[in-house]
Amino acid sequence: MPTPVKSINDFVVKFANVNGSGSASANEMFARSLLRMGVPVASRNIFPSNIQGLPTWYEVRVSGHGWLGRRGGVDLMVAMNPQTWDKDVASVDPGGYLFYDSSRPIPASKFRDDINVIRMPLTEICNATYSDPRQRQLFKNIIYVGALAQLLGIEPDVLETLIGEQYKSKPALIAPNHQALHMGHDYARDNLAGACGLKVERADGVKDRIFVNGNDAAGLGCVYGGATVAAWYPITPSTSVAEAFGKHCKKYRVDAATGKNKFAIVQAEDEISAIGAVIGAAWNGARAFTATSGPGVSLMQEFLGLAYFAEIPVVLIDVQRGGPSTGMPTRTQQADLILAAYASHGDTKHVMLFPQDPKEMFEFAAQSFDLAERLQTPIFVMEDLDIGMNEWLCEPFAWDDARKYDRGKIMTAADLDAGKLFGRYLDVDGDAIGYRTLPGTHPSKGAYFTRGSSHDKMAKYTEEGDAYQEVMQRLLRKFETAKSLVPAPVIHQAAEKTGYGVIYFGSTAPAMDEALAALEAKGLHLNTLRLRAFPFSEAVSDFINAHEQIFLVEQNRDAQMRMLLVNECSVDPARFISILNYDGTPITARFIISQIAGRMTMTSREAAE
Amino acid sequence: MTYIVKPKLRHPALPVNKLGFTHRDYEGTVSTLCAGCGHDSISAAIIQACFELAIEPHRVAKLSGIGCSSKTPTYFLGQSHGFNSVHGRMPSVLTGANMANKELIYLGVSGDGDSASIGLGQFVHCIRRGVNMVYICENNGVYGLTKGQFSATADKGSKSKGGASNMDTPLDLASMALMVGASFVGRSFSGDKEQMVPLIMAAMRHPGPCFIDIVSPCVAFNNHAGSTKAYDFVRAHNEAVNRLDIMEPRDPITVEYAPGTTEEVALHDGSSLRLAKLDANYDPSDRIMAMAYLQAKAARNELVTGLIYMDRHATDMHANLNTVDAPLNGLGEKELCPGTKALDAFNASHR
Repeated sequence: MPTPVKSINDFVVKFANVNGSGSASANEMFARSLLRMGVPVASRNIFPSNIQGLPTWYEVRVSGHGWLGRRGGVDLMVAMNPQTWDKDVASVDPGGYLFYDSSRPIPASKFRDDINVIRMPLTEICNATYSDPRQRQLFKNIIYVGALAQLLGIEPDVLETLIGEQYKSKPALIAPNHQALHMGHDYARDNLAGACGLKVERADGVKDRIFVNGNDAAGLGCVYGGATVAAWYPITPSTSVAEAFGKHCKKYRVDAATGKNKFAIVQAEDEISAIGAVIGAAWNGARAFTATSGPGVSLMQEFLGLAYFAEIPVVLIDVQRGGPSTGMPTRTQQADLILAAYASHGDTKHVMLFPQDPKEMFEFAAQSFDLAERLQTPIFVMEDLDIGMNEWLCEPFAWDDARKYDRGKIMTAADLDAGKLFGRYLDVDGDAIGYRTLPGTHPSKGAYFTRGSSHDKMAKYTEEGDAYQEVMQRLLRKFETAKSLVPAPVIHQAAEKTGYGVIYFGSTAPAMDEALAALEAKGLHLNTLRLRAFPFSEAVSDFINAHEQIFLVEQNRDAQMRMLLVNECSVDPARFISILNYDGTPITARFIISQIAGRMTMTSREAAE
Repeated sequence: MTYIVKPKLRHPALPVNKLGFTHRDYEGTVSTLCAGCGHDSISAAIIQACFELAIEPHRVAKLSGIGCSSKTPTYFLGQSHGFNSVHGRMPSVLTGANMANKELIYLGVSGDGDSASIGLGQFVHCIRRGVNMVYICENNGVYGLTKGQFSATADKGSKSKGGASNMDTPLDLASMALMVGASFVGRSFSGDKEQMVPLIMAAMRHPGPCFIDIVSPCVAFNNHAGSTKAYDFVRAHNEAVNRLDIMEPRDPITVEYAPGTTEEVALHDGSSLRLAKLDANYDPSDRIMAMAYLQAKAARNELVTGLIYMDRHATDMHANLNTVDAPLNGLGEKELCPGTKALDAFNASHR
């Protein structure tokens, strides 16, 4: 028997539950109670594509150091689902703890002798108090939260306050929930004293950070960014972006005097129609967006080519999930990169943004409308399920009230009357971006025909090769202009000089932060570059060329970001070592550490030999 | 014929409408369709309707999909913004455009390949969403640009130019429009300008989803014996239920009809629509009856034309969405951005 794990404010708790049993809100309350005690946590739902009955897990990373990625491994398993018992028991780290409902006997062969078992007859306790089946189910969750609170040292007051907040609008539920909480707490106090070596202590690690999911942030970012039109089709994991936009619009965008809406949301009949409506609205001068996931982007391909070629400023939030095909709808990946970067037939290239957390998701959502209108092209905000559907602890959102929307180049009736030359696709400023007019602007000037068929710089239909090529070449130059406008990469130099670099992006960031600290502690130093956008600026190729070896960390099978870097930058592909996590669960710090440490020590050993 | 540029010279005696515009101000570039194409007659009817309504051309947005019909917006309203989108998807683009600015007139032009096949879903959903628009399907039963394949509106048993028979059941877009909630449904024939012009005028004044199916023979691929979309066939089987006149409030009543056969319908802008009933039993305000009537006549190989249905109390998508009166595309930071105070409150509620 290994020594029982002992740790204060640094461990992983995993809850194994049945989908639809009401566990989600109890588990989230558990996570929030730690935050209220000032201890940073990262929580992740690992859930099925199902409404009721299939297994679901909730993982809480408790980290006084503030590491918010997945660490890997489990120190305390709360095993509430008989369907997944074997797998759940097997996943506990040696010396860790297994908390389970001991109301029914489980054969000894189903346990391990290198972990510590904490038995609690939950169903028995619950059934002795409640007779209604739904109550039994729901309060069982609260009872185990009460027991865990006692075992780990979470202050009961904190949980009571959270219950009060949760049921503010249904006060009748507060007392019974408090009662259930105490039932669990008291049982643990009386029967499980000293059973668990994991402890929570009040700390000051949370500060003013907020606990929020990326899709909520995306919806709010679209409100702040001035989106007035949204068209969308339900698809996991992006549905809650559109729902959040609607929720925030109802709160912030209803005209107080008239009760009328300063927004229009249409749930379309499919993703094709959704992007079509966004294109129509953007063409007509409204800030418009859609939110979808990989299968939706696949359906939108033809329209995206039109938006690229006709130069329409649309915003598309892609909450990536596991592919290909239907793939893993409720699991996370970064596997739509190639799909988005070169979406549609013919020669196309699209701008992508890679937010690292809900805070950046909020900012990029708002910024994407400025970029779209400035560049007159589709902007893809590449979120993923991990950021989108999990609550993340992140810096509070910020806004500058002096900020003005950049509506890009729009020629007004006054401009036209002043005799300014209008040609929709003329590059008058040398940045390869033309001026557009909005429908209805002027009785006799500035009207033009928008089309996906080949056109010349005056927007006239043409089948002349030279005129067509001129437009296509300008579009390439416009993509160059984009490099200076999109968010710059974030580069960090290691404490010691090194020939190793690591490139990563999106939701990998928090696991990478922890991995880099652990590697540094082992004496392994790497300079880092976090990509925030495509196209890549010169800083990216400079970084690659400045290192002998670049670890490229991605959450897909085919190293799609590597394809883009090799394709778009003048770099030697041999410099890259891909580190790929694509099992559908968020990448862990332990995985990154083992992959990088393994290769770096191997290479230095080879060098020594 | 793209090399032919219309002369800028105008005859000084060209009639002008109340805005001072001549007919020429509503034209576009020279058509590149085949000589005799029904679609050109429809373009001429659109030009005539807009001239007579004295619409400012730049207040119209004209949108289309892909196909011969979808090329036609270049040939009318040269001062309007146009959008030639992708095949079958004009309805969604028009929906979005309308969401952005409720103040323009939205004219969607499509064909039977565009609307009844690849874009059938968009056709249906755009109408059921109540988008305020005039949606014209220039229906010739055939794919012209790809040289003569049957479309989904081709009648069962009709013959292709090569002699093949269509064995598939046709889709009747007018019936579908009725079923999915169009508040104005008309059908006409490209060879009947007198019927088309007032129908288009009435639709442009109607504040809801309007659909007009216009049978428009394809002279190149579908105007032969055995075709049910040929000029001769349509003339022989056209069953007009009514004739229409748009009456401005100031217009003197000049046409006399037999008592009991006309009906005046007030339009929302103060003008009215005078309906001369050709079938005394037909009531265009009864959606259910209209649906049954179309089916009964179709079974007898008769093509019902005229104003098929009009809801006098129509509303549109913006009413359903409860949007502000100002067009959404004109709102700025002041109206749209909740600012730091609201964001501070959001942050506080997530701790």
